[in-house]
Amino acid sequence: MLIVHCPVCGAEGDETDFHYGGEAHIRRPATQDPTTVSDAAQRDYLFMRRNPKGLHFERWRCDRGCGKWFHAVRDTVTMDFKATYGITELPPRELMEAASGEWAAFFKDKLDAAKPSRKGKSS
Amino acid sequence: MSGKPYRLAQGGRLIDRSKKVSFTFDGQSMTGFAGDTVASAVLANGQRVFGRSFKYHRPRGVVGLGSEEMNALVGIGEGPRHEPNLRAPQVELHDGLIAQSQNRWPSLNFDIGALNSKLSRFIPGGFYYKTFMWPQAFWKHVYEPMIRRAAGLGKAPAGSDPDTYEHMHAHCDVLVIGAGIAGLAAAEAAQAAGARVIICDETPRFGGVADLSAGTIDGAPQLDWVHTRAKLLAEAGNVHVMTRTTAVGHWHHNHLMLFERVSDHDPEGLARGTPRHRLWKVRAKHVILATGALERPIAFANNDRPGIMLATAARGLVERHGVAPGMKGVVFTNNDDAYLTALSLKRAGVAVAGIIDVRQGTDSAAARDARNAGIEIIPGHAIAGVESGYGGLSLSGVKIAPWRKGQGRVVNESRLACDFIAMSGGFNPVVNLWCHNGGKLTFDSGLQSYRPGKHHDRIQAVGAANGTMDLAAALAEGYAAGEAAVKDGEPKAGRSKAESAPQRPLEPIWFSPATGKYNEGNKHFIDFQNDVTAADLELAQREGYESVEHTKRYTTFGMATDQGKTSNLNGLGVLAEATGKTIPEIGITTFRPPYTPFSFGSIAGSLTKNLFLPVRRTPIFRWHKAQNAVFEPVGQWRRAYTYPRAGEDKHQSINREILAVRNKVGLLDASTLGKIEIKGPDAAEFLDRVYTNMFSTLKVGRCRYGLMMNELGFLIDDGVTVRLGDDHFLMHTTSGGADRIAAWLEEWLQTEWTQYKVFVTPVTEQWAQFAIAGPKAREVLSKLGPDFDISAEGFAHMAMKQGKLGSHPVRIYRISFSGELSYEVATPANLGRGLWDAILSAGAEFGIEAYGTEALHVLRAEKGYIVIGDETDGTVTPGDVGLDGLVSKKKADFIGKRSLEQSFLRSAGRKQLVGLLTEDPKDVLPDGAYAVRAVKDKPPMEMIGQVTSTYYSPTLDHSIAMALIENGRSRMGETLSFPLDDKVVKAKITDPVFYDKEGSRQNV
Repeated sequence: MLIVHCPVCGAEGDETDFHYGGEAHIRRPATQDPTTVSDAAQRDYLFMRRNPKGLHFERWRCDRGCGKWFHAVRDTVTMDFKATYGITELPPRELMEAASGEWAAFFKDKLDAAKPSRKGKSS
Repeated sequence: MSGKPYRLAQGGRLIDRSKKVSFTFDGQSMTGFAGDTVASAVLANGQRVFGRSFKYHRPRGVVGLGSEEMNALVGIGEGPRHEPNLRAPQVELHDGLIAQSQNRWPSLNFDIGALNSKLSRFIPGGFYYKTFMWPQAFWKHVYEPMIRRAAGLGKAPAGSDPDTYEHMHAHCDVLVIGAGIAGLAAAEAAQAAGARVIICDETPRFGGVADLSAGTIDGAPQLDWVHTRAKLLAEAGNVHVMTRTTAVGHWHHNHLMLFERVSDHDPEGLARGTPRHRLWKVRAKHVILATGALERPIAFANNDRPGIMLATAARGLVERHGVAPGMKGVVFTNNDDAYLTALSLKRAGVAVAGIIDVRQGTDSAAARDARNAGIEIIPGHAIAGVESGYGGLSLSGVKIAPWRKGQGRVVNESRLACDFIAMSGGFNPVVNLWCHNGGKLTFDSGLQSYRPGKHHDRIQAVGAANGTMDLAAALAEGYAAGEAAVKDGEPKAGRSKAESAPQRPLEPIWFSPATGKYNEGNKHFIDFQNDVTAADLELAQREGYESVEHTKRYTTFGMATDQGKTSNLNGLGVLAEATGKTIPEIGITTFRPPYTPFSFGSIAGSLTKNLFLPVRRTPIFRWHKAQNAVFEPVGQWRRAYTYPRAGEDKHQSINREILAVRNKVGLLDASTLGKIEIKGPDAAEFLDRVYTNMFSTLKVGRCRYGLMMNELGFLIDDGVTVRLGDDHFLMHTTSGGADRIAAWLEEWLQTEWTQYKVFVTPVTEQWAQFAIAGPKAREVLSKLGPDFDISAEGFAHMAMKQGKLGSHPVRIYRISFSGELSYEVATPANLGRGLWDAILSAGAEFGIEAYGTEALHVLRAEKGYIVIGDETDGTVTPGDVGLDGLVSKKKADFIGKRSLEQSFLRSAGRKQLVGLLTEDPKDVLPDGAYAVRAVKDKPPMEMIGQVTSTYYSPTLDHSIAMALIENGRSRMGETLSFPLDDKVVKAKITDPVFYDKEGSRQNV
């Protein structure tokens, strides 16, 4: 059973005190304009999830603490949390650089533009 | 020998000969001494057979020293306190203990199932997959009940468990598992460095096998060192010492489960209310695995006969309990350790016919000691078979033959008379816990076994568990690990030093051939508990089960409750020889938790009965109870289902309540209805996103029914939302959905529309809420003295008012779930009961009656109103239930909008909500009954839909149902067939609104 750290309220607890929310950094295409979203794009948004060996960017909710959603980066081999960070924030720069697949694509322009996240806290 | 031929006159470190203990085994009265185990006491009484085996029902006796015991499984206790499948060498004897052998019928010595042994050529490995396949109908009624009766181990206890159990939670810096020499050293080093330490051991005492091993520490017996360390740790403030505690599993982030047997050995404590077992959930920064090693049996012909045991087990019986395994034994070994058993036996006065060593030559310290003690050594030989008495119950001798690795059948053999065998095929480090959470293993050719390799958690193995068999090295390794586990720990001076004589390397022996072929009466058991032989494993190989994981599942080798503790390596050895591969090439199967089985009681802990699940009660609960209401669970709530009066059954009371609402007036406790306040400048826009219909256009003081979908376009909730102010709404959800929907709204606010300024506040418990429904509802309200206009015009349908009913502050909504004129009155929860009583008095002259949830459901079904979870199952869209009109065409976006446009949700042939009227008006369809396209003699029949709600309507005096039927709305008037077990019910498709289609009754 994992130990999870909430970056919002600082609570640390078993994974049963938290709620796992699946893959992170998925953009909801319909928020802009549902009519421009293709069936394939909607299918990918709803169903296609990544299962990499290595870094996994994911969402968690601090169920029995502050109730806030946040992001986490977990190594699926060692089960180590590399970082947890706010739901509107980006992971530490080195983790963005180490990301794979769609996450890498998502972080690419952010890496080009943004400075490393300030609040992203390594744990 | 005092009438107990196997109890030695002297010796037995653990027993107290001044304390006699009485117990029964299979109803037979026996005595032992304090300090005995069930294994040692029963053996001392001359009883060797402890049970029958799983598949062949062969007689079996004690094999092991402790938790590795695979044969001598016993049931302890009676009735509700019976616990099956306990390992006899681990069960401590106490006065009045009741032990039962298992898997035998009718008796231990005569067992009908033993016929299986004679039939064994017809039940080889994988026989479940080969036989019992034909005829098909026989499986359910003949084969399966027969197999279930014949196979299996213990029986489940009868009745409810009277004992108490506990859950405990603990954190520590260092958890040491196993309190042998290496474990004690690690704990000592870690505690000296100031760490918080937990040390546990599955036995009742510390020291592991220090009392059975050669070598000294600081020039004194190992036990002296153990005793000073045990005292030191017990007195240290930073160490928690746990005995009778098995670490059963290791999971991510060093989460471990420890199973503590608190009072199994102490019936008086149990009677005083001490918990029987505790389950500890431990989080450790570091784990030190000092779990030792387990001895391997050797696969020779009929190596399962009672009287054949591991060399360490025989030594333990003599040294610890003063019990002789028999009158005359042989030791069969491939290593030096077993020589200690021969010496122990000899010292205790038990005859040793010889040490049969598969290795050539006798040039070792161990051999010298044995020769000096006058024990004959027979090098270069192996046991080819055993001579046993009637039914395999006793042993009279062994056949031995020169040992040559890989030889076929044996031709020249000689005989040694003996009545027990102490065998040792080497030692396997106990790596089970290492593997539970993905630790890797590495093959050690010196041990001919696997030992710990890499692990991603902070866990380290020391001593024999790490394959370090040498005493001095194990001690040093323990100290080093304890120091390394603490941040600033450094090697300290003054550590103890151990000395022991060097040992000759072992020679692997995985299979010792017999005269004749495998199945001519000879069985070489690998997995004793699951009755898997060497021949079964080889057969699996020949049949193409090349992967060891496939072989395991096909033959069930390593799959019993002992999880392959003694069988795993031997099986791999046989497979390696059969395939000409090395053991590392064969691989290894996965060890899974638990290390040893632990009780269901400990898993449940104290979370049973009233503590199993919290129960939520409305402010009116006591009134319901006083009226003898029948309750039903709705989520965690208990809601009144109906209120039967004297002489009424449930059907009568439900019908009476329904007719009261239709003809007079009824009162419902609707307090469980989910209530969520949505407040903030963006509240209206947010509701437009989460509901399918528009809420930004709702006027203050008005109510609107809303539908909620998930992103897949499927319905997840519905309810009436009220606009209390420009930026303030009150959302009603289903009773069971309140928590889920509040979390759902939060998720969208926090993760998708983070720019919205909205608060979501669940307020369900803050309010008591009642529905006053029926033609007389307005008159009841009037009688209560409202300080606001309640006329039909002044308080229209779907309007909301705030004010007072007499002295009661209320919010009141004119909404209806029954189709009648209806007001839902909400008041702060603490005032709820007062208002409820006031409504009942005001309504008395109009014949008001309380109605329960079943009447509520029939009333809504008569009106064709859906219930989320009845008419919907997570795959139903608004269009499917005929509510397309509530899906906005104007709003740019809302949750699920895009998915509704996907081709598979727009395709023809979807199931649609319809009403059903049965041909026989009294015939109520069962819930979930399937409609079929055509009725046939037997299944399969093509199913075209299912009943979602079904009731008897007293209003219409007719059975009514709602159903989801393929293209239902275009089949109005068609008659469908619903085949049931005993008949076919026919029903006509109708509109789902059965009563008052115009809705005139609620608009008065």
